[in-house]
Amino acid sequence: MKPPKPTQFLGRESYRLRRLMDAARLLPVIGFVLLLLPLMRHSPEMEAPPTAGESVYLFAVWAVLILLSLLLSIWLRRALEPHDEPTRSDRPSESGD
Amino acid sequence: MSFNLLVLTCLGYVVLLFAVASAAERAAVAGRAGWLRSSLVYTLSLSVYCTAWTFYGAVGYAARSGLEFMTIYLGPTLVFVGWWLLLRKLVRIGRENRVTSIADMISARYGKSNVLGVIVTLLCITAGAPYIALQLQSIAQSFTVFVSDPESSPLATDTILIAFWVAAGLAFFAIVFGTRSLDANEQHPGIVTAIAVEAVVKLLALLAVGVFVVWFVATGPGDILSRIDTQALPEWEIQPGRWTGLILLSAIAIICLPRMFQVTVVENTEDRHLATASWAFPLYLFLISLFVLPIAVVGMELMPAGSNPDMFVLTLPLHLGQDGLALLSFLGGFSAATSMVIVASLALATMVSNHIVVPLWLRARSARQRDTGDMRLLVLSVRRLSICFILGLGYLYYVITGGSAALAAIGLIAFVGVAQCLPALIGALYWRGASRNGAALGLVAGMAIWLYTLFLPSFGPDVFLSARVMESGPFDIAWLRPYNMFGLTTLDPLLHSLFWSLMANVIAFCVGSILSFPSAIERVQGALFVDIFNRPGTARSWTRPMAEAEDLLPMAQRIFGATEAQAFFRAQAELQGKQGFLPDITPEFLEALELKLAGSVGSATAYAMLAQTVGTSVVSVDDLMAVASETAQIMEYSAKLEAKSEELSLTARKLREANEKLQTLSVQKDAFLSQISHELRTPMTSIRAFSEILMDAEGISNEERTHFAQIIHDESIRLTRLLDDLLDLSVLEHGQVQLNIASANLHDLIDKAITASKSVQAERQFVLHRNRDSEDVQIVTDTGRLTQVFINVLSNSRKYCDAAEPQMRIKVRRRGEMVEVDFIDNGSGIPREQDALIFEKFSRLTDSMQAGGAGLGLAICREIMHNLGGEITYVPGQGGAAFRVVCPLKLRARDNAAQPASDSTEAPE
Repeated sequence: MKPPKPTQFLGRESYRLRRLMDAARLLPVIGFVLLLLPLMRHSPEMEAPPTAGESVYLFAVWAVLILLSLLLSIWLRRALEPHDEPTRSDRPSESGD
Repeated sequence: MSFNLLVLTCLGYVVLLFAVASAAERAAVAGRAGWLRSSLVYTLSLSVYCTAWTFYGAVGYAARSGLEFMTIYLGPTLVFVGWWLLLRKLVRIGRENRVTSIADMISARYGKSNVLGVIVTLLCITAGAPYIALQLQSIAQSFTVFVSDPESSPLATDTILIAFWVAAGLAFFAIVFGTRSLDANEQHPGIVTAIAVEAVVKLLALLAVGVFVVWFVATGPGDILSRIDTQALPEWEIQPGRWTGLILLSAIAIICLPRMFQVTVVENTEDRHLATASWAFPLYLFLISLFVLPIAVVGMELMPAGSNPDMFVLTLPLHLGQDGLALLSFLGGFSAATSMVIVASLALATMVSNHIVVPLWLRARSARQRDTGDMRLLVLSVRRLSICFILGLGYLYYVITGGSAALAAIGLIAFVGVAQCLPALIGALYWRGASRNGAALGLVAGMAIWLYTLFLPSFGPDVFLSARVMESGPFDIAWLRPYNMFGLTTLDPLLHSLFWSLMANVIAFCVGSILSFPSAIERVQGALFVDIFNRPGTARSWTRPMAEAEDLLPMAQRIFGATEAQAFFRAQAELQGKQGFLPDITPEFLEALELKLAGSVGSATAYAMLAQTVGTSVVSVDDLMAVASETAQIMEYSAKLEAKSEELSLTARKLREANEKLQTLSVQKDAFLSQISHELRTPMTSIRAFSEILMDAEGISNEERTHFAQIIHDESIRLTRLLDDLLDLSVLEHGQVQLNIASANLHDLIDKAITASKSVQAERQFVLHRNRDSEDVQIVTDTGRLTQVFINVLSNSRKYCDAAEPQMRIKVRRRGEMVEVDFIDNGSGIPREQDALIFEKFSRLTDSMQAGGAGLGLAICREIMHNLGGEITYVPGQGGAAFRVVCPLKLRARDNAAQPASDSTEAPE
């Protein structure tokens, strides 16, 4: 049942793609950590919470995440294509739809 | 604005949506659905996440708790930004297995178990119906807020009645566009397009109010920021527990909410759309959230004290006299609520019909034996009734709770409820060992704790749980207080419930999975789901089919309708290379049929229906094992083949080498023959010449005669020696030599050899370096032959050493049973490329005849040493020519006897 052994070393192109996939997996983790930063920033002694500053920070992080995600989705689109081909032809019932 | 005008506006808007939806449906039917299936529409349809709870509630939330409202949008952002991690796999599995709902997904993965489908369905209805009630409430509320002439109609202030009409209208819409046909993919282009339009409306409405507030009420972003800080309440402080917990909770919810699953997974047609949504949906959420806090702050500042912050989006423009803006805002809220209700009721209705009603009906039918009605109508009717039932349930909730504050909190409570699907879902995607029993246990445990610690208490004391139970626990067991289970008092009720329910869920799920043994179908499905991206081919879940296509066609016709079923069967038959409507019942065909059925009635039902017709010839664990061992056999066979081919190539290489050797040997033999003729001919020529001179010898002086006879004699001696050497070599090579084994001291033998070799070029003086102690070795061998080797080596050195002051070092070493004797001179040695040749017959490094020998010396040495059980080698890199003679200390008779045998293999040399 084991699939054929994947090759151990890849060409430059596919290597780059693999690392982009790693980046895509890492992005939400980094995003989560960045979003937790406000928790560590203020102390309970302050009378009014610095809501305005924090909201600017949070929206900035949000915007950066969106931007990075946009770039990654453009780059990773290539990785989606080869997967798509076999599955489409694999579905015999498609013809009856 | 008058109530009637408002109702007209709403109706107009709904008519517009109807037009859009039906246009989209028509386009899809006509196959012109290209742009309908674009990434943009897909992304916009995801906005059903933003319900009226977002549209109105977020501002209220921000007014009460500050930035905490953002968590509800940050969690989904993380999930979509990390689409590569989870959503990609989820969507791929959903699409390839024609999954129709989250209940279907979980039931399909865990062996197409309908029990799980039922559990998930019940859970989703329990969590979802109050959520629908919340939408009805917000629409009703926004009506009452908006209407300026409450007296104009008895309906205007009756929120219950408004909610009823809204529910009825939405049910109608969902039925018309959600259950028009029994689609093989459970996809609804009409509804998705209408929702995309609604997504644009609600975004524009919120942005419009936001822009108005920031740039027209306040003077710009800077002003707003300073207003935020002046309005900030102490309660706005970010609470670490809630902040983290809510981000995680909303992240879970966007995966598990039935309506989100519907739009994200079921309605997805391509991975590409998900790639776009990975940034576009977070962007949508970003824009939705951007103006929430400004609106809240300005509302708090300008609105009279005591006004409901949940309605600021609507009341603020009204208060400031912007009726147009308020109407847009009203439509935005209306869009948010209606889109959520439509998708949620559709998703839930699909679950109810596929997992509860149709299986029950099938069971009842099998009890009554067969009837052959068209099941499509049945399934669709069940769906329609289910939609009405779900909306009715939502409405009922609303009536019973009467729009209490409890309902407002239902959003997050529902999140915790659907979060119970997460362990089973994640296990389905990543853990092949996850089993049906584990999933069922986990779901039931999590659901029970959620009901007890959050859902039931949320209605307030004495509704479902008595105040006494809530205060001090059932039977006064303090440890079981709903809000403080096991003495956990530091968490707020929401996190408390999330923590305990997920904890119990995960533990029950894992323990149940670890302890149970899954059925064969579970294992097939597990492998199929977990290895979706790298599977060589699926293990078939059908084997040994016993049904006939004649039996299956009627069944398929009842689900798909006659035309489509026949087209499908014909296509399948064509795939098998057959004519007509009846394909062979192969496992592949059953698989395809089941997949197509699953798209219409869910995997569990499809599986049950096929099993009913085909019989119980479904795959068993033994079949799986057989497949596995078959595979193993094939792999073993291919490994064997590989080894064989390796062996073959090895043999081929050996043969090639042997062939090369033979060829060189043949060349050598020719060279040997020509050499030997040459060597024989030279003395013969001179002997003949001089003997001819002597024969017709008039006038030859006596001295001359003596001289000529001497030459003839010398030449014949040389001939004799050559022939002797050749004979010797031949004898040695064939191992027929008679060895005279005797004991002697190596030192004496070397002495003898040095003395004997001095006659060669006697004029050269060699400086000898010897070590008498190391030479003192007693040796048992053919001493004469060994001495012959030493003499040969020493003579060669005398002949060829080209140093001005020639030196010879003789080193003797013992190596276990062997003794090594090195003869090293200080000449220039033998060039690297020639040292392989020197032991061959007739090889001379120089052409000069100074050597006087025939070039057989070293060849003979080599053969002697072979016969003595040792060897002679040339050792390069010793600062001159260095020969190493190795022989055993004691030549045993066995070595001697063994010689011929080993020699015979080397005979060609």
